[in-house]
Parts: sequence; structure tokens; C-alpha cells
Amino acid sequence: MNDHETTEPGQDGQGAALVPAASHDHETLPASLVTDPDHFANPGLPPHVHRAADDYPAAAKRAERQVATMFGLSMLFTLVFLVSYFAIPDEATFFFPGIGLAKTQNVVLGLSLGFAIFLIGIGAVHWAKTLMSDVEMVEERHAQASTPEQRAKAVTTVSEGVASTQVNRRPLIKYSLGGALGLFALPLGLQVAGSLGPVNVEELKHTIWDPKDNGGKPIRLMRDPEMTPIRLDEVTNGSVFHVMPETLQKYIDEGKGVLEAKAKAAVILMRLDPDLITVPKAKDWGVDGVLAYSKICTHVGCAVGLYEQQTHHLLCPCHQSTFDVTQDCKVIFGPARRPLPQLKIIVDDAGYLVAPQGFMEPVGPSFWERAR
Amino acid sequence: MNALAARRRHPAAIAVLLLLGLLVTGGAYSFLAPKDAKAAAPTAAADAVAQGKDLFVANCATCHGVQAQGTKSGPSLVGVGAASVDFQVGTGRMPLPGPNIQAPKNKVKFDDEQIAALAAYVAQLGPGPSVPDSKYTTVLQPGTTENNKAIAEGGEIFRVNCAMCHNFAGAGGALTRGKYAPSLQETSPRHIYEAMVTGPQSMPVFNDMNLSPEAKQKVISYLKAQEAETNVGGLTLGNLGPVSEGLFAWVFGLGILIGCAVWLGKKAA
Repeated sequence: MNDHETTEPGQDGQGAALVPAASHDHETLPASLVTDPDHFANPGLPPHVHRAADDYPAAAKRAERQVATMFGLSMLFTLVFLVSYFAIPDEATFFFPGIGLAKTQNVVLGLSLGFAIFLIGIGAVHWAKTLMSDVEMVEERHAQASTPEQRAKAVTTVSEGVASTQVNRRPLIKYSLGGALGLFALPLGLQVAGSLGPVNVEELKHTIWDPKDNGGKPIRLMRDPEMTPIRLDEVTNGSVFHVMPETLQKYIDEGKGVLEAKAKAAVILMRLDPDLITVPKAKDWGVDGVLAYSKICTHVGCAVGLYEQQTHHLLCPCHQSTFDVTQDCKVIFGPARRPLPQLKIIVDDAGYLVAPQGFMEPVGPSFWERAR
Repeated sequence: MNALAARRRHPAAIAVLLLLGLLVTGGAYSFLAPKDAKAAAPTAAADAVAQGKDLFVANCATCHGVQAQGTKSGPSLVGVGAASVDFQVGTGRMPLPGPNIQAPKNKVKFDDEQIAALAAYVAQLGPGPSVPDSKYTTVLQPGTTENNKAIAEGGEIFRVNCAMCHNFAGAGGALTRGKYAPSLQETSPRHIYEAMVTGPQSMPVFNDMNLSPEAKQKVISYLKAQEAETNVGGLTLGNLGPVSEGLFAWVFGLGILIGCAVWLGKKAA
């Protein structure tokens, strides 16, 4: 605000104690700098420079008015907030230049509240900077310890207090209190220790692609979200289907646990030229180049849905882990460390794609008990 | 020459040189870049396939081969269908001016009649998806309960099948190694439909047995409804989510904070 240089009449505002940086004449350097470069003399504080408001009552009066203006404007904005809260209809919109269509009430409430607090802040800072004393002060440290008499008195007070509780004469209270406090620590620690295990590993490994969830029968692959079965001949070359198991329908009908069931069961189904598939197991677990893989990233479990038809890469949008479908979904880029688990598929008598055995390894991110 | 040599260390010399270099490169590009060869003006009697073949030989055969059999520079077009041609040429992606990681949306080089002729020529090379029936590319307008339901279902299909690449708002997004899923905003319903059926470039195919024509219509209607919706949130910042919003907050939010901190630390005069 008041960025004018110094006001001390006739004095160089930059402080005479500092070595002039622009000087090319080395002989003007202080002797201490030339003779002993390892020890710099303490330059001390630069001389105090007076502000305009310190010397001229008119400037001080002006600063006072500026501070009061800011506080006054703050009041005005608060009033704008109060009035507009009731006055502006909820559905009103207006065109904010450079920003676009905006909801009037949001903009006015936000700006008025923001300026109300901002003006209080800059008013206070301006007041401190222009009018309050800015003279540099030195405050010496003092000893922090109390006097020996005071310390002795404090020790006596504590000893007398302990003696008055009779705790040393009455061991029953002493030990029962110790027991009560000691035992009370257990519930606190138990919550931490209890959350460390044991974990239901089978639940982590289980997905609803397990044929046991379908009475031992192979599970049909269904389109997500329509939940209609998929015929082999519908999966043309270059196609990608987002798949859920037939067993999900039960959860949808019941309306319970749908997301939990879906979270691990998501599968992506693609068809590519069978000759491109380099891993025999991957080819065997598919049908004529139709392959099904878990859609849950082995890094931290995002849905790996970005399939590039020409490169046969599957990309995870969260951390750019890239899986090569032609190499059994091997990781070719990014932080994931394991390939996506493949789901074996066959064709049933009616021509629909089914999964006969579920996932042979846990899907999704790693956990400690994964290999057990 | 001496006058030039004397000024070679002038501070502006590097800028002038750069500008000159850019001008020469740009000029040379515009001169050497492939031009649209004009096929012999078709007579009114010439049928569409013959006209399409002429256009094809003049504009596409360099990469796709004279018989559209494909070459090292371009894939075979046998069996890609009329829908492919209508999408690629109708959005200006083809003819491609030069080799590129991905054919970007561009100025359309042909008129509707020429595109139809090209499509007719490519369609008779082998069976493939045809240009969709206008029944399915008609946008369902929100308002009636039935249409609103269809648009909501379209949104659900979009989020499962398309949003991972094309972004929740259809604003597009990055793929691997410089490829990207383009924005769907301001794309015509017919071209959206054709892209789903044909799977251009990196995009997988969503044939009519995967997403029925009705489902595709719902997706298109959802996209258009979303586009037409009044957004009163101010700047969308490209609907790109945390990246552009974070950048905005860092640049403007921190800029204001730094400005305040500098003022706070300044001694009053």
C-alpha cells in the first residue's frame, strides 16, 4: 500500500551500515573484511528508519483513515452477505465474465464473506505496519529455573500431599489402584492388536465366480449393467465386453451387498486374433481368441478398463499400469507387480460363454496371506 | 553482408533467426504437405461406386493400396464397411495428412455426396457395418418419463463401457504412448454411433450384439443431454477433474497467498 521509500529527510534509506554492493573500489571495504575473511564483524542492526506516519501527523491521519476504510468496507460486505442470503432467489444465475454462467447466490455469498474477513485482516496488518511501533527491541533472556527456596518448598508440598493420602501405610489401596490402572490399559491396546488379525483369508480370496456359489454349475458371463448372457458369436474380433457373473443377480434381487460382490467380480472380455496370443495357458483358457481377465488392478484395485484394440494393451487409469493381453496380461509398464488373473471360459450347450472354475488365484491387490 | 555480420551478436539476433527458421519450416510444410487430389469431376450419370473408386484412387490409395488391400502404411479396408468411411472421412480423420501416432479430428475434406460415394465403394469390397439408420441416431430429448429413463440407462451403459477412456463427461482422456480417447462433445450422433460399431483406431468394437442399437441410442441421448444441460458451476476447466482443478488452485490460490505473504513481510514506508 504505502511502498514509498524512506521518509527520514536527507538520509539514504538503504542503511549506511551495509557495505555498498555497487562499489567497485575494494579499498572502500571495511578493514575487517579485507584482513580476516574468516571472522565477520557483527554488523549490528541497520539504523532505524522512520515511517511517514512516525514523522508527519497528516500521514498518520491518512493511515488511520485507510485502516478505518478497510474495516468499514468489511462491515459493508458482511451486510451484503446478510441481505443477499435472503434476497437472492436460489435458482438465479448470471454470466460472470471470463468464468461463465454461475449461480448468483453462491458467487455473492462467497465473495462477500471472503472480502469481509479479508478486509479485517489487511486492515489489521496495515494498522500494525503503519501506526503501531516498529522500533527494534532487544529482549534479554533470563534464567528459567526457580530459586532454591521455591524449589524446596514445592518438594515439601508434594511430599506432604503424598503422606496425607496414607498410600504407604495402606498397601491394599496402593496395589488395588495399580491393578485397576494396569488392567485398564488392556482394552486400549486390544483394539490395536485385534485389528492386526487373524483375518478371514478365504473371504479375501473368494469371488462370486466360484462355481460353489452356483450350486457347482459353471457360471454364465453376463453383460454389465444389463445382466444379459453373452453368446460366443456375439464377441466379434476387436470387441470388448464388460462382464459380471450370473451369480450377481441374486445380490441385485436382494438389494444387499451388491457393491461388495461386484468389487472383486468385475471381468473384461476381449476377442483378438488367436495367433497373437503367445502364452499357451492363456489360449487354452479362452475360446477362439476370446479371453476373460479380472478387471481389478493388481496394484491397488482400480478397474482396468482402458483396452486398446490395436496394441492389445489394457491400461489402468489410476497409476498407468499397462498389461499386455497377448502375453497373458503381463505387466509391461507401471507400478503393478503381478499379471491380471485370467478367468477360464468355455462355451455351454446353448452357445453361451460360461466360467467353469472361477479364478485360480486371488484377484486384486496383494495381501500378506495371499500365497497361503 | 558486413552490416549483417556486425549485428550477429545483437540480442535480437537469436529471436530473428528463430522466427526466420519457423517461417521457412512452416512455408515449406504448407508447400510440400499432401494436398487433396481432386478426382475428375463426376458426370451426373456416373454411379456412386465408380465415383467413389475414382476418389479412392486419387486420395486414399497411396496408403490403403489401389485395391484397398492395405499396405505397410495403411490397413486393408476390405470389410470395414460404409460406417467406417463415413466416420473417418466425415470427421476429417482421413485422409491423414501425414504419419501420426493417431489420426486427429480435422477439417472435413469432402462434401456429403463424395463421402457417400467413397463409402459406397468401400462397402462393396466386403460385408461390414453400414451407416446407421437415422431411427437410432435421433437424440431422445429429456422431458417425458420414458425418455428420461432411457437417458438415465444410457448414462449407466456409458459409465460401464465408455467412461474409463472418454471421461465421465465425455471430455476424452489419455491412453498409452501418446494415444488418446478424443472428446465426445460436439460430435454428431451418427459419428458416435459409427465409432461404436466400427472401433476406430485404439477403440474396441461395440457391435450391435454387444450394445443393441437401442442401447447405443440411449448412450448418444445421454451424451447430448449432458452437453445441453446448463452448467451453473462457472468454469468447467475442461471437465478434466483433479488435474486441471489442482493446477488452477496451485497457480491462483498459491499466487494470491504468496502475494499476501510478500506484502506482510514488507516494511511500511
